[in-house]
Amino acid sequence: MKTLVYLFIGTFFGILMYKSEAASWFRIFEMFEFGAFHMYGIIGSALVLGVIGVQIIKKFNIKAIGGKDMHLKPKNKSVSRYAIGGVLFGLGWALAGACPGPMYVLTGAGYVSILIVIFGALLGTFVYGMVKNKLPH
Amino acid sequence: MNWIYDPWPWYVSGPLIALTMFVLLFVGKQFGMSSNLRTLCSAAGGGKKADFFKFNWKNERWNLTVMIGAVIGGFIASQYLSNNTVEIADDVVATLQGYGINSAGEAYLPTELFSIEALSNPKNLLILIIGGFLVGFGARYAGGCTSGHAISGLSNLQLPSLIAVIGFFVGGLVMIHFIFPLIFA
Repeated sequence: MKTLVYLFIGTFFGILMYKSEAASWFRIFEMFEFGAFHMYGIIGSALVLGVIGVQIIKKFNIKAIGGKDMHLKPKNKSVSRYAIGGVLFGLGWALAGACPGPMYVLTGAGYVSILIVIFGALLGTFVYGMVKNKLPH
Repeated sequence: MNWIYDPWPWYVSGPLIALTMFVLLFVGKQFGMSSNLRTLCSAAGGGKKADFFKFNWKNERWNLTVMIGAVIGGFIASQYLSNNTVEIADDVVATLQGYGINSAGEAYLPTELFSIEALSNPKNLLILIIGGFLVGFGARYAGGCTSGHAISGLSNLQLPSLIAVIGFFVGGLVMIHFIFPLIFA
């Protein structure tokens, strides 16, 4: 039953990514060219509602199903890992024109070449795991 | 019935992304798509090579299920709900033509990079692999991707996420404005 819920959330998210065109290489390029408001509108409106919603959750101490606390733990404090990791991610996001969520969506849409991007992403994740302790965090 | 194929405007898409995040919070989980890459490395036996992959990946099956759902959603949307073209701003189309990419407005992804024929060009293959590598490496180094930092983290007003998201945009702008002209000259 729970599996079905997650499958449904994922399917909804997949349709959303494709229909919003956030999964399109062209939209990512256009965003970094400041060519249209579209992507900024998507991220911006999601954020405004996200911030308001999280504030409401905290103010009224709203719990998740089963009375558990919601997953809103603060992230570890640091600058270097977020700055360096963030820039590397951004370089890849623009080069491949896709971030992780859309990669899965494009697989379902039948773009065989995206499997090469996913292979690269798995390789990048694996290499990070291997060299993690040698990097500044 | 043509409206079925039309793209969803930002003011529909953005709120629905927020909804996705809240539904996941409500069922006790956190919205984050790149974690699945780590889980897949762990499931493939990565724990034998690095401690980073030594965890009980079965606890993350819920997120792999979301990922499989995203694949299904991509199939449904592309087959039944879209004409699989993307209209972008005219001046951006012109910029792309200068790079030899002429499929804007006719495809969802540039055929010059993503068609099967394009894979026979080693340069395209490298672009896809290196792009993916940087996304995977950078997401784990930064501890999250667009969903985990730009949506979840910033919604929770977390400074680390703000640093990461500024990094995402610095990297993206450098790639498009300084490296693309070199790659596609």
